[in-house]
Amino acid sequence: MKKRFPYFKIAIHGLIILYVVFLLFPLVWVLASSFKPTPEIYSGSPTILPRHITLEHYLSVINGQLLFRSMWNSIIVGIMSTILVVLVAVPSAYAMVRYKSFINNAILGWILVSQIFPVILVMIPLYIVLRYIGLTDSLTGLTLIYIVWSLPFVLWMMHGYVKSIPFELEEAAVLDGASRTQVIFKVILPLLLPAIGACALFSFISAWNEFFFAFVLMKSPTLATLQVELARYTGMEGQARTGPLAAASIIATIPSIILFIIMRKWLTTGLVAGALKG
Amino acid sequence: MITKKREYSLYSKKEVGQIQLLLPVVLLVTVFSLIPLLRGIYLGFTDYRLGDPIKFNGIENYIQLFNDEYFWDSFKIGMIWTLLVTGLQIGLGLGLALLLNSKIRFASFYTILVLLPWATPPIIRGILWRQMYEPTAGAVNILLSDMGLISAPINWLSSFEYVIPAVIIAGVWGEISKAAIFLLAGLQTIPNELYEASKMDGAGIWARFRHITIPNLKPVLAAIISLTFMWNFNTFGIVWVLTQGGPGGMTRLPMLAAYEEGFRYGYIGYAAAIGNVMVIILSLILFFYIRVQLRERTEK
Repeated sequence: MKKRFPYFKIAIHGLIILYVVFLLFPLVWVLASSFKPTPEIYSGSPTILPRHITLEHYLSVINGQLLFRSMWNSIIVGIMSTILVVLVAVPSAYAMVRYKSFINNAILGWILVSQIFPVILVMIPLYIVLRYIGLTDSLTGLTLIYIVWSLPFVLWMMHGYVKSIPFELEEAAVLDGASRTQVIFKVILPLLLPAIGACALFSFISAWNEFFFAFVLMKSPTLATLQVELARYTGMEGQARTGPLAAASIIATIPSIILFIIMRKWLTTGLVAGALKG
Repeated sequence: MITKKREYSLYSKKEVGQIQLLLPVVLLVTVFSLIPLLRGIYLGFTDYRLGDPIKFNGIENYIQLFNDEYFWDSFKIGMIWTLLVTGLQIGLGLGLALLLNSKIRFASFYTILVLLPWATPPIIRGILWRQMYEPTAGAVNILLSDMGLISAPINWLSSFEYVIPAVIIAGVWGEISKAAIFLLAGLQTIPNELYEASKMDGAGIWARFRHITIPNLKPVLAAIISLTFMWNFNTFGIVWVLTQGGPGGMTRLPMLAAYEEGFRYGYIGYAAAIGNVMVIILSLILFFYIRVQLRERTEK
C-alpha cells in the first residue's frame, strides 16, 4: 500500500497543540513575570519572554519570612495527615474486603454521600466543636480535618487494591503459622506499597492545595498555611506586588506539579480499578 | 468468592478481628464527619449565632431565604457557573482525551503538559488569572489590543458585563485536565478489538465514536459528570481570590454566600440553612440524572 501524506495525524497534533497553548499560557505568562523587573511588567508593551532577567522577586519572597513559615506549616500538616490517614485506611480497607457486613456498606455509602455535602455544612459544627476544645487556630485541629477530608478517596482506592490481592496468599501464610497481625504487616502491606504511595501522594497534595478549612480555622499569621498566605497577598496587590506574587506562586506550584506527575498513573488506574471492581 | 466459613476458620477468635480493624475509621468518621454533618443540618433549623445559646426556630430560616434577594442572586449565579463550567470541562476534556488516545507520537509527553493546570492549587489558579486579567499589564488585554480587537483596556474582574465569562474561563481552565485524564483512563479500558472489528465492517470515525466509544465510556462519563457537577457547585477558593464575590455580588457563588453569612457576619444558623438548601438541590439534580442514566441502561 502506498503511504499517504499523514494529514490526519498532523491535524491531531495541531489540535493538541492548541489545547497545550491554552492550558500552559497562564503558567508561562506568570513564570515569565516572575523574572521580569517591575518596570518591565508595567511597561505597557511587555513581551512574553522577559527582556531583562532578574531574580529580585524570588529574593524578596525568600527574604520575607512569612511565606516560608507558611510553607513549613503546610508541609507539617500535609505529612502528619498523610501518615495518619494511611495508618487508618489500610487496616480498614483490609477488613472491608475480608468481612462482608453492614458496616462495609455503611462506610462505602458514607464515601459517596460525603461528596454531596458542601464543606460549609461540615465546617460550621466542626468549627464549634474545635473552638470548644481549643483546636481552632491550631495545626493539630487542621490535621484532624485533613485526615477526614482525604479519607473517602484513600479508602476507596485502597479498597480496590486490597480486593485484587488473592486470598490464597493469606491462607498460605496462616498455614505457615503467621498470626493475623503478621499477615497484615508482612503479607498484605508489602503488596500494597504502590497503592500506599499513590494514596500518600494524593492526601499530601490535597492538604497542600486545600484552602477553605485553613482559611476559616487559621487566624494567626504565624500559623497560616501556604494557600492562606498567598490568598492574603492578593488582598493587597499593587504594582510592587505583581512580581513577588508571581514568584511565590511559582515556588508554591512546583511541589504539586512534581507530585502530580509521579502520581498520575497510579491515581487513574486506582480510580478506574475501584470503579470497576467496587 | 471468599466464603464466610473459610474466613472464620482461618483465624482463631483471639486474633484481631473486624471490629478492631474498622474501629479507627468508624470512630473518625463518626466524630469528625457524621456527627458534625447531622449537627450542621440541625443548626440550619436554628437561629444560632456564635456565642449565643442555640434556639430551634423551625423553618423560619427558609422563609427568610425564600424572600432573600441576595440568596436568589447567589443561587442563580451558582447554577450558571456550575452548568457552564461542568459542560465546558466535560466537552473540552472529552475532546482532549480522544486526541490523546489516538495512537500518536509524544502522547505521554502531551499528557504531562496538559496535566499542569490541574496540578496548580486553586488559589494559585486564581492568582494566575488575576495577573492575566490585570487591566494594564495583563496578557489578555495586551493580546486583544495587539490583535486590534479592543481599543481601551478592559477591567475584566470589576466589569459587570465581563466578570462572569472571565471567571468561568478561569474556572474551566483549571478543570479541563482533570476531566481529560479520567476520561482518558476510561477510554483506555475499551478493548481495541472492538475498533478493529468495526473498521473491518467499514465504519468511519464518527460511526465508531457513536457506536463504540460513547456506549462503552458511558459509566465513566456518568460518574465524572456527577462528581464534577458536585465539585463545581461547591467551588470557593478560585472565585474568592479572583473577585471575592464582586463586583456587586455578581460572582457570589452559594459557598461564598454561606461563608459570608456564617463566618463574616456570624449568622451560623442561616449559613447552615444555605448549606441545607444546597444539599437538597444537588441531591434532586443527581437523583434525576442517575434515574435517567439507569433507565437508558435498562432499555438496552
